[in-house]
Amino acid sequence: MRGLSMRLFLVSLRVFMVITKFCSERIAKYAFEYAYLNNRKKVTAVHKANIMKLADGLFLESCREVAKKYPGITYNEIIVDNCCMQLVAKPEQFDVMVTPNLYGNLVANTAAGIAGGTGVMPGGNVGADHAVFEQGASAGNVGKDKIVRENKANPVALLLSSAMMLRHLQFPSFADRLETAVKRVISEGNCRTKDLGGQSTTQQVVDAVIANLE
Amino acid sequence: MSRRQSLSLLKNLGRFTTQTRSVTYMPRPGDGKPRPVTLIPGDGVGPLVTNAVEQVMEAMHAPVYFEPFDVHGDMKSLPEGLLESIKKNKVCLKGGLKTPVGGGVSSLNVNLRKELDLFASLVNCFNLPGLASRHENVDIVVIRENTEGEYAGLEHEVVPGVVESLKVITKFCSERIAKYAFEYAYLNNRKKVTAVHKANIMKLADGLFLESCQEVAKKYPSIAYNEIIVDNCCMQLVARPEQFDVMVTPNLYGNLVANTAAGIAGGTGVMPGGNVGAEYAVFEQGASAGNVGKDTTEEQKNANPVALLLSSAMMLRHLQFPSFADRLETAVKRVIAGGKCRTEDLGGKSTTQEVVDAVISNLN
Repeated sequence: MRGLSMRLFLVSLRVFMVITKFCSERIAKYAFEYAYLNNRKKVTAVHKANIMKLADGLFLESCREVAKKYPGITYNEIIVDNCCMQLVAKPEQFDVMVTPNLYGNLVANTAAGIAGGTGVMPGGNVGADHAVFEQGASAGNVGKDKIVRENKANPVALLLSSAMMLRHLQFPSFADRLETAVKRVISEGNCRTKDLGGQSTTQQVVDAVIANLE
Repeated sequence: MSRRQSLSLLKNLGRFTTQTRSVTYMPRPGDGKPRPVTLIPGDGVGPLVTNAVEQVMEAMHAPVYFEPFDVHGDMKSLPEGLLESIKKNKVCLKGGLKTPVGGGVSSLNVNLRKELDLFASLVNCFNLPGLASRHENVDIVVIRENTEGEYAGLEHEVVPGVVESLKVITKFCSERIAKYAFEYAYLNNRKKVTAVHKANIMKLADGLFLESCQEVAKKYPSIAYNEIIVDNCCMQLVARPEQFDVMVTPNLYGNLVANTAAGIAGGTGVMPGGNVGAEYAVFEQGASAGNVGKDTTEEQKNANPVALLLSSAMMLRHLQFPSFADRLETAVKRVIAGGKCRTEDLGGKSTTQEVVDAVISNLN
């Protein structure tokens, strides 16, 4: 029987991770400038240059170059596996962390998780000309179907990101009011969504924030 | 300068531990580039206090560098290059310029404001924690029209022994100062604006000023607006200053109200302020009385640098370096609250340099 003949093509996939001096330099510059402008004391570069010697090596070189221009800011490097372990063991040692793309995704979500959850951490994306503000840690930011149905998504992360946006737009007084109100609601503890262990809906948290505005 | 921001800093003064960080300011790439600021040390104690600011900026590694100009109050006109420098840098920090009394020499302070059209002068008079004063809960911002009114400089001798002095009030200037006052209140979460006037006597001039304020007030329904006659205002300031929030005034009343408010809240040596126009800003000690100091103050080098340090913090915020502004204000407030390091005007015995050293050691 001739039957079916199947041809199996063995496909070899090559995935390229592209690291350029241009991009590494500009992210290092942004990280150090951020630290300088926000009175942060330390920048830690996260890498795996013991394995990806050329790619992450180039990233590290760029960070070291930029670090020389900021003698008032401490600079150190940490391999990403050790970093993940340190984050869950002793996160207080970290201040500003600069990372390439993938490690950053993982480090950010881990750090968000240990500090209180992805539902509350603010963040944004910025370039030379534009800025897009969104919830800081991306894991779960579209939520599960159940959360959508029950309207129990945590608005805190996006509210705090919008406060960053107000500061970016140079409205610091409004940013302060918003942050103060949100922090009061969280610290009081009666109005929290499910991810923080409470039972409130999104709307209830919003109403509480509005009631706490001064 | 936001009072709320000041409050959150003050809550931590008692502990002297880690500073509570508000959610951060996300800079645009390149925001950290150092900015040039024109510096006018000036006369009397001016050089002493501007030097204090230079030292503290250096200690903080703040992204500003100064371009100094030699200006004295008895010069006939502003020196070459000064205006170009301010127009290029957009921001200037100034000590005091001593204007000779009488003699027909026009005030260089006033000239500078007119040349750069710095139409709004702002003084923030508030209680500093740890500094005793007769009244608590004072937080007044006086916004004063800076270019016309009684300072139009139009005087002439009609016949020997008779001098006429013109006070000029225009709709244009009144409107823009009213707009600035309401916008300031809006952007700084202030609840009330009070217009100070003497329209019962100067019915046309101050009447025009009031009309402009009333027009602008309609556009800000959430901000309370009221008016007060200047003589009653002075009395209320010394009796119950807590009732005032933002005050908007024509030129002369603003000078008097600002100095009175500064005096009741702690003294002219500590109140910050600045002058701003559509394009430029000049920061200097808030209340002008005594800002060139007495000869003894100059000799003994115990001028109070606090006012100019807090004004330079306002300048840092204006340049969009809020974190440096916060650090500077926190350090200054700690030194004042600590009580040991105060100059003569606050009842202490320290020199300017000792206060500066204390501020630098309190920077975090």
